Amino acid sequence: MKLADLAKLLDAQFVTGADQAEREVSRAFAADLLSDVLAMVQEEGVLLITGMITPQVVRVAEVMNMGAVLFVRGKLPPQATVEYATGATIPLLATQQDMYETCGILYRAGLLPAKRKGFPLGNAFPHAGHP
Amino acid sequence: MPSPTRVIHKRIYEVAPRDLERAGTVSTAVRRELLALGMTPDIVRRASIICFEGEMNMVLYSKGGRIILLVRDDRVELLFSDRGPGIADIDLASQPGYSTAPDWARELGFGAGFGINNMEQNSDLFKIRSRVGEGTVVRATILLGVPFL
Repeated sequence: MKLADLAKLLDAQFVTGADQAEREVSRAFAADLLSDVLAMVQEEGVLLITGMITPQVVRVAEVMNMGAVLFVRGKLPPQATVEYATGATIPLLATQQDMYETCGILYRAGLLPAKRKGFPLGNAFPHAGHP
Repeated sequence: MPSPTRVIHKRIYEVAPRDLERAGTVSTAVRRELLALGMTPDIVRRASIICFEGEMNMVLYSKGGRIILLVRDDRVELLFSDRGPGIADIDLASQPGYSTAPDWARELGFGAGFGINNMEQNSDLFKIRSRVGEGTVVRATILLGVPFL
C-alpha cells in the first residue's frame, strides 16, 4: 500500500517524509513494545504502527529497515526524533485514530500483517517470576 | 581451533549507561558500516538486531561498556563488554520472557525479556560469560556465506 493512500484512509498527516508519499509498505506490524518488534518482525519494508514516541522507535525502524512509522492516538515524537527520521529517510505519519481503529481500517483496505517469527514465548507461560 | 581469519574492518564504540537520548545510535552506526562494506541485507539486518538488543541491555542495565564490530573474511563479530554488575544466572536471564527490567525501562518499550534470546536467535555462534561484580562479555558471530535457517 502506498503511504499516500494510507494517509488518506486514516486522515493521517506526514510528520516527515511527505516527499516519499509514493513509497509502498509491504505489510504492517502494530506494537508499543519495541522488544516485540525486534523479536518478531521478519521482513523489511514493513509499516510500524505504534503509540511509542521515544527516539528508539525510529532507531528500531532504521535497524530493521522498516518502510515507515505511523503514530496513533494523536501522538507526536519530539522534534529531535523527527529530524533524525528525516536524516535516515524514514517517513513518519501521525493519525488521531487509536491503534485498534487504525489496524482495522488498514486491514480492511487489504494491508496484511507482517510475516513474523514464532512468538518468543510460544504457548508456554512466562517464567513464574515474571509479573 | 581453525586459524583466525583476516580482519577487514574494526570499529570500537563506547556505550554510556542510562543514556536514553543516544541509546540505539551504535546499532544504527554499525548498520551503516556494514551497508557501506556491501554486506547482504540479511547479514546487515541480523547484525543490526543483535547490536540493538545488546546495546539496549548495556544502556538499561550495565554500568557502561563498549561494543566492538569486527568484520573478518568469513564472519561478522560483535563483541560486547560491560563494567558490571554481571548476571548471576545466565540460563535464567536468557529465557524468553524472563526480565528484571524496572518500570522505567518497560515504559520505554523495552525489558520484555526477549533480548538475550533474540541475540542468540540471530547469531550463528553465540557466547556469553558473566561474573557478578565484574561484568558481562558477549560474542555474537554471523558466518558469511552460510545459509541461515
